[in-house]
Amino acid sequence: MHQFFFGIYPYIALTVLVVGSIARYERDPYTWKSSSSQLLRRKQLIWGSILFHVGVLAIFGGHLVGLLTPIAIWDALGVSHETKQMIAIVLGGTAGIMMLIGGLMLAHRRLFDARIRASSSFADTMILLLLIAQVTLGLMTIFVSLGHLDGKEMVRFMSWAQGIFLFDPNAASYIDDVNIIFKLHIFLGLSIFLLFPFTRLVHMLSAPVRYLWRGGYQIVRTRKGKG
Amino acid sequence: MKVRAQIGMVLNLDKCIGCHTCSVTCKNVWTSRDGVEYAWFNNVETKPGIGYPKDWENQKRWNGGWTRKSNGKIQPKQGAKWRILSNIFGNFDLPEIDDYYEPFDFDYDHLKSAPEMEAFPTARPRSKVSGERMEKIEWAPNWEEILGGEFEKRSKDYNFNGVQKDIYGEYENTFMMYLPRLCEHCLNPTCVASCPSGAIYKREEDGIVLIDQEKCRGWRMCVSGCPYKKIYYNWESGKSEKCTFCYPRIESGMPTVCSETCVGRIRYLGVMLYDADKIGQAASVEGEKELYDAQLDVFLDPNDPEVQAAAREAGIPEAWIKSAVESPVWKMAMDWKIAFPLHPEYRTLPMVWYIPPLSPIQNAAEAGKISVKNDMPDVQSLRIPVKYLANMLTAGDEAPVITALERMLAMRGYMRSKTVEGVVDLGIAKQVGLTPLQIEEMYKIMAIADYEDRFVVPTTHREAVEDAYDIKGGCGFTDGNGCSTGSSGGKLFGSRKYVVPTGGAR
Repeated sequence: MHQFFFGIYPYIALTVLVVGSIARYERDPYTWKSSSSQLLRRKQLIWGSILFHVGVLAIFGGHLVGLLTPIAIWDALGVSHETKQMIAIVLGGTAGIMMLIGGLMLAHRRLFDARIRASSSFADTMILLLLIAQVTLGLMTIFVSLGHLDGKEMVRFMSWAQGIFLFDPNAASYIDDVNIIFKLHIFLGLSIFLLFPFTRLVHMLSAPVRYLWRGGYQIVRTRKGKG
Repeated sequence: MKVRAQIGMVLNLDKCIGCHTCSVTCKNVWTSRDGVEYAWFNNVETKPGIGYPKDWENQKRWNGGWTRKSNGKIQPKQGAKWRILSNIFGNFDLPEIDDYYEPFDFDYDHLKSAPEMEAFPTARPRSKVSGERMEKIEWAPNWEEILGGEFEKRSKDYNFNGVQKDIYGEYENTFMMYLPRLCEHCLNPTCVASCPSGAIYKREEDGIVLIDQEKCRGWRMCVSGCPYKKIYYNWESGKSEKCTFCYPRIESGMPTVCSETCVGRIRYLGVMLYDADKIGQAASVEGEKELYDAQLDVFLDPNDPEVQAAAREAGIPEAWIKSAVESPVWKMAMDWKIAFPLHPEYRTLPMVWYIPPLSPIQNAAEAGKISVKNDMPDVQSLRIPVKYLANMLTAGDEAPVITALERMLAMRGYMRSKTVEGVVDLGIAKQVGLTPLQIEEMYKIMAIADYEDRFVVPTTHREAVEDAYDIKGGCGFTDGNGCSTGSSGGKLFGSRKYVVPTGGAR
């Protein structure tokens, strides 16, 4: 069971994430969008959305760097495991609270504003609630972590995550006796990966940063030379 | 010199009767769908009024269009690229749907399904967004129709800048005009510049500005970028949509739907040749009043053999060059200088131009106090203040508007004397700097306005740039995913692609 959820399920989730996203981008680009509802109700959207997105991006970046950077690199940089864990708790906690506040504002708006509720799809509402549940679990893990600040448990998660990417068959065993909250957090996180291609989350893949170095402002298209 | 061609439009406001046929036919063709009920690619506003969406002309509020920086460069008024991107989570400059109006329909079904009641059954309004009952309709696209509402509210009109507006609230001094509006298909569009996805583009061959629906991600920066507020966010599909200048019709040499159906024959379509290299310079001249002249400088004289040669070199088809010579837009904008761009101060170099309306002479004239110069009334005594028109069409510069109005008055005077009295009045023509030949052509195109004089639209030579063999048996115009009819069966990735318009309540 443990082996399935933390040794096999990650591969299922990541495969669906990658293949599903490619399929959607290729087959149905018209549905690839951020689905902004700001036009319908500005109230609670602007600040809710800013808090939520900034929080999410910080957390996502933190998890990516924190989990997948090999331990050797941290050691070489002279960052002790205890320090790293403290950084993760403080930064992650702050971003998590931002995301939670923003998410609750957005959820309240989505569920109780007649316009937004009527124009929401099931996936829109569900994924928002799942993200809020996920960040709540994430914040709860802080309380568990505070009980052992030596960074050892964190290193186990790093080994697991890196093990998954290195196709280590024993990856799941590194985290077999961690607190149930961590397990739930990981399972829900993987499930969000699984659902990713079927929800509006895909818009994060087209974050338009390229705009910054697009030459000039204007775009002219021509049919010439395409024949 | 980089020669390009664009189909431009001129609207002769002097003849607009405000019937909204353009808006209705446009809506029936393009926006009778869920998510864009509130979107009017073409709408007709009664001026003075704050317009649709509310107060759209006030860029201090909406930050649309361009702004000129102290170093002489221009950037979107809503900010440079990094600023636009930083607004992506929450766009402070985006109007809310209530700034347009909450779309509604009526419970028509109740009229026939109501049980026996004491009171006569009525069809009450219901929101098309939330599906809930709307007790009171507060605003709609033509709320100010024919000066509806108090002057106090309508006088927020941005074009009253620098006008002593109080007297126009008095019954004796009141004035009105119609302003039909559509996408300007600008030479320097801010919507294109603001789109982080690069989904909006201008077509090189005919200048039409379009949104690639498959590339649009709904970041909604174009909505706030466009100073004319002519990009609409489809709240159902999550994509932005805009006037397409009826490009499938234009490509086949037909006029746009709004032009075709205009009962007042006020719309003109024609080719304008322009020098794309001059756009940046023209859009960034320092003084706002110089922008109108700067834009005129961008256009190239199609009668000039050098221009024609350069156009051929640039691959512009012969039919287009010929159409440019006959273009009514060229004649009105450049030859006679009676048509003007809408709000050139936004620095977008718009390509839908307007002939200012003449208006009745103030009653002072009847009392004999009117200043009449050589049989022509002074345009300053017209009911619509020249300053008001100038604020709308030339960034406040009255001189070009006065010339245009005088030329239109002169045309009337000349033709009246010619047809009624049988006298060709050369003086009146000379007085406004036109030749009798020009005046007679003006009369033919503006007053008679035959179909073929109004619409000089060459067909797009797609065969020259595409291999027709590859597209044989393909689909013509589609709205959605490739050649599919829109419904692919399942809804794996959510969101409906095509929605059959529904009548009545949800």
